[in-house]
Amino acid sequence: MPTMTKALTFQDLIFTLQKFWADRGCILQQPYDVEVGAGTMSPETFLRVLGPKPYSVAYVQPSRRPADGRYGENPNRLYKHTQLQVVLKPPPDNVQDLYLESLEAIGIDLRKHDLKFEEDNWESPTLGAWGIGWQVMLDGLEITQFTYFQQCGGLDLEPISAELTYGLERLCAFLQDVNSVYDIVWARDPRAGKEVLYRDVRYEEELQFSVYNFEMADVERLWKHLNEYEAEVKHLLGMHLAERESLTQGGGPVLPETIDRMTGGTLPKASLRPVLAAFDLCLKCSHLFNLLDARGAISVTERVGVIARIRALAVGVAKAYVEQQGVMV
Amino acid sequence: MADFLLEIGLEEIPARMIDDAREELARRFAALFVRERLADSPKLAAYSTPRRLAVLATGLAASQPDVIEQVTGPSTKVAYKDGKPTPAAEAFARKAGVEVSKLECVTTPKGEYLSASVTKKGRSAADVLAEELPKEIASINWPKNMYWRAGKPERFVRPVRWLVALLDDKVVPFEFGGVKSGRDSQGHRRLGNGKFTINKPSEYITSLTEAHVIVDQAERRRKIDYSLAAALQSVAGARLRKDMSLLDTVVNLTEWPAAVLGSFESEYLALPEEVLVTVMRDHQKYFAVEDAGGKLLPHFIAVLNTDGDPDGLVRHGHERVLRARFNDARFFWQADQKTKLADRIEMLRSVTFQKDLGSYYDKAKRLAHLVSIGGADFDHPKHRVKRNAMYEAAWLAKTDLTTELVKEFTELQGIVGGLYARAQGHDQAVADAVYDHYKPESMDDAVPRTIEGAILAVADKADTIAGMFALGMVPTGSKDPFALRRAANGIVKIVAEHHLPMDLGMLFNVCLVAYKGSEAEKKFTALDKYMSNIAAFFRERLEFYLRDGKGHAYDEVNAVLAADSAHIVDALARVQAVAAARKSADFESISIAFKRIKNILKQAQDKTGGKLTLPAFDPALAKDAEEKALAALAAEIAPKVEEMRHHRDYAAALSEIARLRPALDAFFDKVMVMVDDEKIRSNRLSLLDSLLKDFSTIADFSEIVTEKK
Repeated sequence: MPTMTKALTFQDLIFTLQKFWADRGCILQQPYDVEVGAGTMSPETFLRVLGPKPYSVAYVQPSRRPADGRYGENPNRLYKHTQLQVVLKPPPDNVQDLYLESLEAIGIDLRKHDLKFEEDNWESPTLGAWGIGWQVMLDGLEITQFTYFQQCGGLDLEPISAELTYGLERLCAFLQDVNSVYDIVWARDPRAGKEVLYRDVRYEEELQFSVYNFEMADVERLWKHLNEYEAEVKHLLGMHLAERESLTQGGGPVLPETIDRMTGGTLPKASLRPVLAAFDLCLKCSHLFNLLDARGAISVTERVGVIARIRALAVGVAKAYVEQQGVMV
Repeated sequence: MADFLLEIGLEEIPARMIDDAREELARRFAALFVRERLADSPKLAAYSTPRRLAVLATGLAASQPDVIEQVTGPSTKVAYKDGKPTPAAEAFARKAGVEVSKLECVTTPKGEYLSASVTKKGRSAADVLAEELPKEIASINWPKNMYWRAGKPERFVRPVRWLVALLDDKVVPFEFGGVKSGRDSQGHRRLGNGKFTINKPSEYITSLTEAHVIVDQAERRRKIDYSLAAALQSVAGARLRKDMSLLDTVVNLTEWPAAVLGSFESEYLALPEEVLVTVMRDHQKYFAVEDAGGKLLPHFIAVLNTDGDPDGLVRHGHERVLRARFNDARFFWQADQKTKLADRIEMLRSVTFQKDLGSYYDKAKRLAHLVSIGGADFDHPKHRVKRNAMYEAAWLAKTDLTTELVKEFTELQGIVGGLYARAQGHDQAVADAVYDHYKPESMDDAVPRTIEGAILAVADKADTIAGMFALGMVPTGSKDPFALRRAANGIVKIVAEHHLPMDLGMLFNVCLVAYKGSEAEKKFTALDKYMSNIAAFFRERLEFYLRDGKGHAYDEVNAVLAADSAHIVDALARVQAVAAARKSADFESISIAFKRIKNILKQAQDKTGGKLTLPAFDPALAKDAEEKALAALAAEIAPKVEEMRHHRDYAAALSEIARLRPALDAFFDKVMVMVDDEKIRSNRLSLLDSLLKDFSTIADFSEIVTEKK
């Protein structure tokens, strides 16, 4: 029965991990359909870790990092890699043990391997987010980022969430013992045993997006898009921000009811304001920034400034989201 | 006598924090046992692994000794009426728990009072510890803490998962981080069998060993040393590249260490050794392996946190990762060659040096300017400074920041630039200067090998310090985010070891001028204090170098720096001369005499309300023979000392000054300075003042600590 001893295919790896976490109480979400640089940026993490409501979720997230593209030539680096993201809010006491069980579940006999949790604190200045944690090293390979979120969108978190981010390509290459991600078996037809490789599925995409990201993306239009998306987020959030300035004394939180009352019903009710749409547009801005960066189009002075602009949007969304949570509680 | 064990079980503590925390824990508990009178000189040991901190103590008292305390009550006037105790006395006796007849009297400055001897019962060790342990644990100082629990009641390095606290075979009950203390510990994550019970403290180390945890860090280090040696056996003539800090790290990353030798394809040896070692050491925490001549071999040793690798699976995994890493490095190396360093200068415009100080292009331009105006000053009779090479190196020094290799391996900045410069056909002097210009990284690190590298390194560091000081961002206390102290220490060390005739005042003036006309200049808000801040900052750094780097006594260093602290090489030469001269008996007398001179002048100054003006010394007004003799001798010696000082012959100058001793001693024996006659007094003060001025240019002798007064 040779198929029994074969390592998991890429898609089997995903099935297994999803099943594993679903069995432990996570809801399964689909990948977010706006370009993100990491699973953390999906609203399923960025927004759900805010506020008091418990939430446990697992999802696959294709993550785009334009500057990491290598025209399909580098065996370990990809423009778009795939993360499996698990968020446990609040984390159970045995969160590390659960994580280790998930490794056993995908066929790693931990008794036979070298496993270390090495300090690695995660931080994203553009998201105003940071956490404390480790990179999990399996036989010298970083397979997971394990983070206890402390702050997100500039807000202190309560409760704390644990975030587990599995790097699926490198994990799968390890399981299948191949030296290039392109040699990973993506799927194996159970009837004929025919294999489809990662290369067959993704090579063309890596090549073409590298060309686009590095050579052809129109810098002027990218800037224009960035500015327009930013204006749209401000339009959607601006009311919140402006009102907060005029209404708060001492910087405390503004109750959405107060805003409703003060604005005399000229705005949609707080609970109906499209904060989630604003966040999508904020993600667009972030991706456009990454594209401009890959094109080498952002100068010194601009760079710090643009990061601050996007951070302001993310922080604005986070605050507005928390306020809405207050209404809905 | 009781044994004690505390084990704090945690999710993995960062390796870099473990040693300090364990040592702190040992100090805290030793202090705790003494403070709480549970031991006079506690016998304890502290242990650590990535998942636990532990304290094991023996010979603790089962309880604190009782103490008899004297309690003072009401005054006897109130306590007795007609020789009989009043209600006040009875109340006091009740409160103190003694019979009225047992009350005593004490006499205090305020009068006579009642007093009682009260025996305060010592508390049991268990009670004391139950109360103190959570406080001690909470007080451990971690560089970075986190929250994890609902309600965020405490911050700690990582979540606490179990607590073992035993006094002999009894649990010391307390709670910390939401965990109740007990007797259950955890073994190795994969080799142990989960939870197990510790019956008593004395079984701690053996029961952990059974659970595949070597809790004693020294023992783990020995096991790693032994395993490393064993792993090397299979390669003839191979030895380990020594790396103490890597050894410290792996001791703190493992609970049950083993070592495995891996190999890589020899074709990767074509990459520079610096790159290979950085990948192995910094990124993978592998030991590099070399031959007897120190040349790298295509092997490495990984320290595992498990008991071995019978199937070679782990070795295979580590080899796979290393190969991928080396592949990356080779890819970056090759990709980087497509754009020459010279063509990367323009790219530096988009790399920020510091947000207010502009880009690295601006910095490179300033460096090129600095080295070209300074270059000629450092020509040596035996070798001229290669000015063109230095100028080229200044422009190229920062270009490697735009390379993929440095973006990937930031710790190789400078080194990569140097390697590329050589590979791209630049002069060896250029390559060496670029390669070395971040050196020295610490007090123990070597300075740049060449004069060109030394000057470039000084210019680079001084430019940063100048810009930051002009912005008003002066390091204070523990706040030094731009590592300016390290930069200044580097300058001092380079200047001292390369004997650069460099005046710090001049250097930092020139550095400031280099910012002229830049955007940065508009943000310079601290120019009024710039030079004085720089001078004070460097005086401190120079003091640190002479004391901690060179081992000179603090008073010698103070004496020398009081005379001048702007010339590093000179200060070093002077302090060496002073240290040598100090052993002579004359020197001690001279120091005492100079202290007296200073005191007399200060008193005279104070009497005039700080406005002491002295006429020039007039030999005609000198009355006493001792006064005349001293003046004559000083007049004879002063020009010689000045001449010797000029030629930096400080030893000779100091022995010249020592000749003053008999005349000085005789003067102070026989001559009264503060006489009533104003003219004579002023003349004598003037003599002393010129002595002080003429003979304090090498060192201020009054700073030297003397045994006699």
